[in-house]
Amino acid sequence: MTRSDKMLSIKNLKVSINNKEILKGINLEVGAGEVHAIMGPNGNGKSTLANVIAGSSAYEVTEGEITFKGKNLFDLSVEERAGEGIFLSFQYPVEIPGVSMTNFMKSAVNAQRKYHGLDPMPAQELLHKIEAKRKLVEITDKMSGRSVNEGYSGGEKKKNEIFQMALLEPSLAILDETDSGLDIDALRVVANGVNKLRTKDNAFVVITHYQRLLDYIVPDFVHVLYEGQIVKSGGRELALELEEKGYEWIKNELAQ
Amino acid sequence: MQASTEQTMETMTEVPTLKEKLCSVYEQNRSLISAGDLPFITELREKAFTHFKKLGFPHQGLEAWKGTSLDKVLSHNFGLSLTPLAEEVDAEEIFKCEIPNFETLLVTQLNGWFVHNGQPIRQFPNGMIIGSLANAMKKFPEIFEAHYGKYAKTENNGLNALNTAFAIDGFFIYVPDNVHVEDVVQMVNVVSIPQDILIQTRNLVVLGKNSSLKLVQCDDTIDHMHSFINTVSEVVIGENSSLDHYKLQNKDDKSTLINNISFHLTDNSNLTTSAITLNGGLVRNNINVLIDGEYCTANVNGLYLMDKNQHIDNHVFVDHIKPNSTSNELFKGILDDSSTGVFNGHVMVRKDSQHTLAYQKNRNVLLTDKAAMDSRPFLEIYADDVKCSHGATIGQLDESAIFYMRQRGIPADEARALLLYAFAGEVINQIRIPVLAERINEMVRKRLRGELSTCDDCALHCKYQNNAPCVIDLSNIQLT
Ligand SMILES: Nc1ncnc2c1ncn2[C@@H]1O[C@H](COP(=O)(O)OP(=O)(O)OP(=O)(O)O)[C@@H](O)[C@H]1O
Ligand SMILES: [Mg+2]
Repeated sequence: MTRSDKMLSIKNLKVSINNKEILKGINLEVGAGEVHAIMGPNGNGKSTLANVIAGSSAYEVTEGEITFKGKNLFDLSVEERAGEGIFLSFQYPVEIPGVSMTNFMKSAVNAQRKYHGLDPMPAQELLHKIEAKRKLVEITDKMSGRSVNEGYSGGEKKKNEIFQMALLEPSLAILDETDSGLDIDALRVVANGVNKLRTKDNAFVVITHYQRLLDYIVPDFVHVLYEGQIVKSGGRELALELEEKGYEWIKNELAQ
Repeated sequence: MQASTEQTMETMTEVPTLKEKLCSVYEQNRSLISAGDLPFITELREKAFTHFKKLGFPHQGLEAWKGTSLDKVLSHNFGLSLTPLAEEVDAEEIFKCEIPNFETLLVTQLNGWFVHNGQPIRQFPNGMIIGSLANAMKKFPEIFEAHYGKYAKTENNGLNALNTAFAIDGFFIYVPDNVHVEDVVQMVNVVSIPQDILIQTRNLVVLGKNSSLKLVQCDDTIDHMHSFINTVSEVVIGENSSLDHYKLQNKDDKSTLINNISFHLTDNSNLTTSAITLNGGLVRNNINVLIDGEYCTANVNGLYLMDKNQHIDNHVFVDHIKPNSTSNELFKGILDDSSTGVFNGHVMVRKDSQHTLAYQKNRNVLLTDKAAMDSRPFLEIYADDVKCSHGATIGQLDESAIFYMRQRGIPADEARALLLYAFAGEVINQIRIPVLAERINEMVRKRLRGELSTCDDCALHCKYQNNAPCVIDLSNIQLT
């Protein structure tokens, strides 16, 4: 595979917030069928990277480029990126009072179908699909009548993200700390959900602080994002090494 | 040039104000105005007239009118009619309610006059009476003596005073004891007249004991002329009775609507009222809820969706004068373009009103920088064993929620509409007539998509060909 065949390609990405540079030249290539883990200390730009890929306007991209399936992402709106198959499991899922989960998912599924020139999904078919995907992440149906994320516990919110991912079937899913706040059983459920969705055509970027998740979702690559740059990349053993030695190890290595 | 300017100035000072013109009309037409009165009503008129003469129209110097100016409205040359329409009109012709499966007992006012259809008063087998106020007062003087003018006070309220002095007709509804009215009663006020008009209408609704009634009140304007409607409604809910009252205001931008409604609650009574303002040039709702009984529940709600230069002012006064009752207030508004709004919510819990629960919430979304909202909650509590709360918010749509929805593929516009619709839903969900709720839902949805800008698109579609009623043209009034 040549570089340009990669599903996601990020080159020298620099991003600022309020004139403060957060990302200082990120390079990352994600190919179809791959799972990448991004680790790194708090406040070093992991979520910033995820949000910029999704198209958040809270950040200013000062340099670099991102292509997705050969398209320049900066030419696409947030919803167009979603239509192209980018999904972000939010670190902090947003509560939307008054909008029911069912209505929300119906709008999302049909908006994406419309983007691809398809008619809305028949209501019955959609309900069946929702039912099936809900089982996949083992969430109870009492959640579906409620407003989006409203009053959900931290863990329920994360499961709900995976449920939405399962329903929307993205080609690139970025999971931003989806494991944080999950109990051991829920962690397994979420990981299984992800594993069941893995195919040779889709890819995952998993942002996490814990090697534990990577026991379940086995990554092909592990990257360390530190002070706005990917300072180290390796295979899954890098995660184990990090767990053992901590970030001091990276910092010392960089200082040399 | 200079000379002509001076001349204009001079004539300007000679033009009488609307107040002066109205006073002059009243003085010259006393006998005509009070021709059908019960003697006590004529007395009320006279008293109200002195009050109006003293108070005039409200101005922004008054605390209660700080946020709303009538100055522009008062500068129009309004017409005023003191006698009913010359010819009979067919109510069906004026107003066609196009809510499917919504069968109502429909009563109509056209330009402030009750539309008879040969039946000024209808008495139903269950004892309910619906009809023209002007006719009813002669037939049921004891009901009027007990209630008319008892709740809408004139000493401190120029508009109430003006109405009490001039109003001749309006709706009268009476539900006797032990009657649960199954049908929804729909009261419609249509203004359709090819000239600028000032209208005073007066409604009296009386529920006996152990009764219930569902009322839908619609205000519509058809011709795109300036109209100024000053309505006073007095509503009495007897012991153990329950009233659902939904007011739907869909007026055009040139209309001014003053809706002064006073609810009087007695022991164990129940009120749910919603003022839903979908359009209107200037709308002022004065909603007074007097909780003069124990174990009452009053749900007082409002929803306003304004745009262009529209102005809404909800002035709500809930007065707990007896213990053990509950009031819930929920007013929500969406303001677009350069529209402006005021919410003035006053809850009073008097000294002996222990165990009162009073909640008030006013939430607003401003869609532009030019839209403005002034929210003034005011709790005045003199009892110590009570639970009261209030909250007011003025904000924009939650950008993080919009981003979240867009990330799932929902286009920005649709995401915004979903949020607004959800915001409004909290009020619509409290409408306890399912067909009506559904229809209002639809209108709100349309309104939020910008497809309901005039009443031509209203679900409550109405049409009317004017037949020129007798109107006094106030622009010709000269003071002597
Ligand atoms: N809206 C914002 N305004 C100002 N600073 C911000 C904003 N969002 C993020 N930052 C800053 O950018 C930096 C990177 O934040 P980011 O959320 O990307 O970190 P992270 O690596 O995801 O951290 P964590 O592991 O704690 O989730 C932090 O210093 C943060 O304070
Ligand atoms: Mg983060």
